[in-house]
Parts: sequence; structure tokens; C-alpha cells
Amino acid sequence: MKKVSLTIDGKEISASEHATLLQAARDAGIQIPTLCHDDRLAPYGSCRLCSVEITSGKKAKIVASCVYPVENGLVVETMSPRIVKIRRVILELLQASSPKGRVEELSKVYGTSTDKFEKELTFCILCGLCVRYCSEVKKAHALGFIGRGIEKQVVFFPEIALKSCPGCEGECFSLCPTGILPNKFAQSVPSFGKVQPTVFPVRLWDEDNFLNLTRNIT
Amino acid sequence: MAKKIRSPEELLQFRKKVVAFKEAVKTRIIVSGGTCCLAKGSKRIFELFREELDRQNIAAGVELKSSGCHSFCENEVIVLILPEEICYMRVRAEDVKEIVSRTIIKKEIMERLLYKDPLTGEQFIKEGEIPFYKHQSQIVFGNNRFIDPKNIEDYIASGGYEALVKALQTMTPEEVITEVKKANIRGRGGGGFPAGSKWETTRNAPNNPKYVVVNCDEGDPGAYMDRALMEGNPHSVLEGLIISGYAIGAQEGFIYIRQEYPLATENTLHAINQAREYGFLGENILGSTFNFDVEVHRGAGAFVTGESSALMSAIEGRVGQPRPKYIRTAVSGIWGKPSNLNNVETLANVPLVINKGADWYSSIGTENSKGTKIFSLVGNVNNTGLVEVPMGTTIREIVYDIGGGIPGGRQFKAVQIGGPSGGCIPSQFLDMPIDYDEFTKVGAMMGSGGMIVMDEDTCMVDVARYFLDFLSDESCGKCVPCREGIRQLHKILMKIVRGDGEEGDIALLEDLSEVISAASLCALGQTAANPVLTAIKYFREEFLAHINEKRCPTKVCQGLVSYFIQPDRCQGCTACLKNCPSGAIDGGKGLIHVIIQEKCVKCGICFEVCPDRYRAVEKLSGGPVPPVPADREITRRRVER
Repeated sequence: MKKVSLTIDGKEISASEHATLLQAARDAGIQIPTLCHDDRLAPYGSCRLCSVEITSGKKAKIVASCVYPVENGLVVETMSPRIVKIRRVILELLQASSPKGRVEELSKVYGTSTDKFEKELTFCILCGLCVRYCSEVKKAHALGFIGRGIEKQVVFFPEIALKSCPGCEGECFSLCPTGILPNKFAQSVPSFGKVQPTVFPVRLWDEDNFLNLTRNIT
Repeated sequence: MAKKIRSPEELLQFRKKVVAFKEAVKTRIIVSGGTCCLAKGSKRIFELFREELDRQNIAAGVELKSSGCHSFCENEVIVLILPEEICYMRVRAEDVKEIVSRTIIKKEIMERLLYKDPLTGEQFIKEGEIPFYKHQSQIVFGNNRFIDPKNIEDYIASGGYEALVKALQTMTPEEVITEVKKANIRGRGGGGFPAGSKWETTRNAPNNPKYVVVNCDEGDPGAYMDRALMEGNPHSVLEGLIISGYAIGAQEGFIYIRQEYPLATENTLHAINQAREYGFLGENILGSTFNFDVEVHRGAGAFVTGESSALMSAIEGRVGQPRPKYIRTAVSGIWGKPSNLNNVETLANVPLVINKGADWYSSIGTENSKGTKIFSLVGNVNNTGLVEVPMGTTIREIVYDIGGGIPGGRQFKAVQIGGPSGGCIPSQFLDMPIDYDEFTKVGAMMGSGGMIVMDEDTCMVDVARYFLDFLSDESCGKCVPCREGIRQLHKILMKIVRGDGEEGDIALLEDLSEVISAASLCALGQTAANPVLTAIKYFREEFLAHINEKRCPTKVCQGLVSYFIQPDRCQGCTACLKNCPSGAIDGGKGLIHVIIQEKCVKCGICFEVCPDRYRAVEKLSGGPVPPVPADREITRRRVER
């Protein structure tokens, strides 16, 4: 396999030509924070927390390291002032919708303020780990996205979930970086088989829908 | 079934035959038939013409046809009578009989249907004399009015498919690309990327097969030039697409048409079928070894699928959301294959370049922006419609010479260019030439060509809020900076227009905008902050008035406006009292009316219904509402204003 050489944070690095910047950096022991990345899944590039600054020739730009392929001679900065600002703002934005779990941990690391933006709690950051894991690894497609823009949400498709979820016992929940409702939900998974089919998709984070579903379970 | 045209000679023969047939016709009546014309009843008008011509027994000598949009949209339905070039505007069904008996038979001009300049009152008979048209140069759009989009013979008679013949017969694919590069056509859909370079990258990409795609997912608020071209002259776009397929080495093309464009879809499908019948699509096109066919893909109602990677995901049958494009779609697009995506207008320019040559084409325009650009001129302007001008024309020429200025003698404030990715260009740049790079310099962008004119009564904070409202709905929601960033930009703007703005909000908007632009996945997010940033840049004092003085200078933002009845002007006519939907007006005959502020929902109905001769209701912003007068009885006749 061909190798390419590049510089990350001043360190000369040799990486496989098919690697992403994130892989190359992690292999070299350089940590870049992520929320939507999982080595078992295809890179998705949604949280943008792994943004890094690259310089190729004279031009500098911001790219998501989890999807950007390595290039010969690339100069990468993973902690430049611009990058730190981007990560801080992303974390502050996420704190307005989903302040717990990984977001909380990283916010402490980056010392972000918790109330910069008006709160609108959804408890879901739409990283898609659960959806992609269910599709790509389990091949079950019991979860999906519906809606668009600020209305976008993760849902269970009950018809599929009824068949495939009982055998899996919530592997998707263990991936969830926000860790609120999914954990609560996960406790009831063993009895998932008793859920009555509904025609509506079930929103993962909606308290009413959640209660509806658990009521059916017990 | 039409005879297949198998060689350039056969096409030439066929064209001669069609032209001779058309020249034999003495009179031609063309009824505009674009989407907006249809809304104004043009289909019925067309049918009535047919009936009337039959009834008068003159149908044989008259060619009647329905064309696409004639671009002067606010005066639809437009009827063009050739060869006299008489142009009738705002034609309604009841005018048809008279047009036939007076103009077609007796050759009289009907003055009441002529265009009358709203400012000077001058009337014009010929279309070309009307200021709206006179100052344009419609090299791409011009044929729209003469061509029946459902009749390929019209297009062939006007020289259609000649460029395809020239390319196939006399040029290698590389030479076609060189010509397009030399002409320096830049993408008309927004980005302004040179089309020739894109074609070259796709051609040279190692993988096969390759695809060529037309982007007709136009979605900027107020923009509709692609629709008008696609439904009015689909063959011109199709010819450009076939040529691009030849140049790039693709055998398959897609036309991606937005769901909300049923007529464009219908006419395109019809054009594709006709092109197949005549042999412009299929195998061994015009006797060459080149094979090419086209499929129409209808969009599913998402603005973001106008973005190249999202559009290609949608064609693949997946959710239309953008994916990272660090490897360009020209190299890895539809199903991972090299795919070239061009906008409708870009491709409609291609036959012109091939026919007339790159030197002719690049003689039009500015140094780095060549050819013409079609804008949809809308908003607070006298003449609304589609305008095609050479690059380098100034905004002032478009707004004043073509657009006829601002209605009601009000002042020009700004023009919004480039839709939700663009920005507001204020009056100090009125003399700026239309040019990709000039627009970018002031923080806007060419975009697809929406041009919304705004007068002095427009609140720029509210305009920024409107575009963010649009974007929060249309972002695909995949990446955090775009989805959550736009949500928060929108929230902050809502707060400001409500009157709850705080010091530091402007800095927060700017800070957040910087991150959204830098870190978002696709162009939607990367440009989403432009409407906010240009509004702050050029109209900062309006933001400050909203935040610091709780005042909306244009009295648009409801949260900052109060309605008040001037006691010395109120005549106690009870019009406001009767119409107020929330019972917020206290009054009665002979009494000065008073608005109970706590009950007022600020709908503005009282303001609208107060008779013009009194004009007692006023909008206030930024100060306290004056107290209720102690004596409310109207004892004397007040002076009328």
C-alpha cells in the first residue's frame, strides 16, 4: 500500500494513502475530539468537532478530519486558535439542545459557557451513530431520520423495530453520546417484544412518545 | 411518427422545409404560456383564439401558437402578433374576439391593450420599443417567445441543433471543451465555477461511465429564470446537455427538475421524446458514433438538493442530503462515477458558444464574467419580470432603466442578490457592475439570479430574519454548525425583532456566523450567514435602533410598533372600531377613538381601514404611546388632511 507523508501539529507523519486525517492523527497519537465518529462505521462528518485547519500551498481552510483524505505535503493544525473557537462554539450550540454526556465532558475540557445560547432541549445531537450502526453493522434499518433542518429527528420504525430489536437488546444505545433517554429506554428493551405496532415513528427523545411505547411494553 | 434525421444534411433539408412552410404563413399569433401566464388564463385565451379564427374562417392563413414565458411577467397574458410585432399586454379572455376582428382582420391597433409606461404614460406598439425590453439583450432568453416548447420544429427552424451538428461533425470532444473554456462561461447556478474546467476534470477523471446532469432545482425565494427556460425552450437546454455529454464522454444524462415545476417537467419530457424521435438522442446521433440518452429525475421538495452532492444522492435514490465533497463530484459523483453538473442557464448558453464561437461570446461582458445573466427582477420595482443583461451592466440600469424604478416614488434601499446565500447590496453600490467577483467583494454572490429590490420601507433586520427562517427549514439538518447555528441565529434575530435584543447580540451574531461559515459541511451552511452579515455590515444602525432604542426605523417589526389614533384627526367614523378583530378599540359615533394597547394584536387593520381623508391612525415605534385625551367628544368639524 502506498504511503503519503504529511505534517500534523508540526509532527512528520507517514500514513496509508487511503487514510483520513483523523486516522492518521490518531495513529500518531494526536487526539482530535469527535462525537459522530465510530471506527466501525463509514465516516459521516456531521458533528464537525473534528475540524482541523489545513494548508496546502498558500491556501488555508477548515476541513472535517474524519472525512478528509490524507495528501502528500499537507500541513495540518489540530489546535489552532480558529479550530479551538470552532469547537467551543459547536459545543456551546450543542449545550443548548443536549447538555449531558459527551457534550458535557468535552465542554469542561474546552471550558465553554453553558448558557451562551437559548436552550431548546432535544437530548439528541443527531450524530446518527444509532441509525448508522443499525443500518451498517446490524443491517436491520430499524432506526432512521425524519424531517429536515431544525425539525430533523431520529425515530424507530415500529414495524421493523418489533422484529429486529428484541434480538439485539439495544446495542445502539451504548453508542449514544448524549446518554439520557436512551439509557432509560434501554432498561425496557428486554421486553421489547410486547410492543404493539403503531403507525407512527417513535421519536427517541420525545417524552410522550417514549411513555407511550413503554406503556405498551409493560 | 416523425422521420429520424440521420445526418447533418438531412437536418439541413428538414430545416429548409420547415422554414419554407413557416414563411408561407402570413400572420402569426403567439400567446404566452409560461406558468404565470397559465395562472392568468392563457390556456383559455389560446383556445378562444382557435375558436374565433375558425369561426371567422381565417384559420388557414394564421399560425396560432402557445409559447413559453415572455419575461415581462407582471403584464401577462402577452399576445404577440407577427410580422407587425404588435405586442398586447394584460390580455383577458374577453379581448380575444376584438383582437381577431380588429387587429388580425382589419389591421387596426387596439390602444387599450398596448403597454403604457407607468411613469411617462407613453404607449408602445412594438415589443422592442418598450423600455423594459429595449435595455436588455436577450441572447439566451430571446427565442422563448417565438418557440412553442412542445414543437421541436419551431426550435429547429430557429437554428436549433445546429450547434450539435457543428460539434459532432467538425470538432473533437477536446476542441469543444477548449471552446467552452475559451468562452469562459461561469456556472450560472451560484458558484460561478468555470464550466469548461469542470467539463475537463470530468472528462479526465479515470473512472467510467461518466454522467452529465442538469440542475433545475431552482429554489431561491423570488428566482424563476431556470423554470422559464426549462418550460419555454427545453430543447436549448437539451442541446447544451447533449453537447456536454459529447465533450465529456458521457452516454447518459439526467435532468433534475424540482417537484414544484410541473410544466417544466411536462415540457422537458415532451422535448426528450421528440428529440428521440428525430434522432437527436439515442444511438449514432446524426450519423455519428456518439450515443446519448437522457432521463428526467424529479426532485422531492428540498431546497438543499440544489447542492451538487445532495442532488446526486437524490438521483441515486437516497436521501437528498449533502455529503463531504473533498473529492469533487466531477471525479466521484453519481454512484461514485465522474459526474458533471451544470445549471439550466449555463447549458442554454452552450449552443450559442459553439455556433457563434468563443471569441464572439467572450466579447460580451466584463474581464472575468462573460456573456449575459438572466435575473428575476422582483420586489419593490415597477416592472417585474425576467431580465437578461450583459455582464457589466450596473444594478442602477437594471433597477431604473429596465425595472422602471421604485413604485410610489419611494427611495431605493437595497437589492437582495443571490437568495439565502447572497446578501443585501445597499444604495452606495448602485453603480456596481454585474460581475461574479464584484458581488463577492461586497459580501453577496451572483447566486442563481434572484434580484429582490427593496425600498425605504423595508426593515433589514426583518429581511435577515426572513432568510434565516427559510434556511432553518431548508437546512438538511445533518451537520451541527448549520442546523444548530442557523437555529440560534434565527432565535437571536427573533429576539431582536420582538424588542428583546440585548447589547452583545450583534457580536454574538457575527461570532456565530464566522463559525457556521467555516465549519459547515456544504455550501448551504457555508453561505447561510451572508444575509445576516451583509445586513449588519451595511445597516448596523438599524440593528442598533432595534436593540438599544427598541425602535424599528421602518416600523415593520410588529413587536416594536404600536398603533395610535391621533385625537385631532379622528372623526369618529367607527371604521377601525368595526374592523378591529381583537376588540381593542374604544369609541363610538361622535367620540375620539382610542386603542387599548393591552388588547391590541398589532394586525394593522385599523391603519388600513382609516379613510385616506382622515389618516388618523399612526404607527409609532421607539417611544411611549401618548395618553388618552380627557375630553373625547368631537364637537367641531375637524380640518381634513
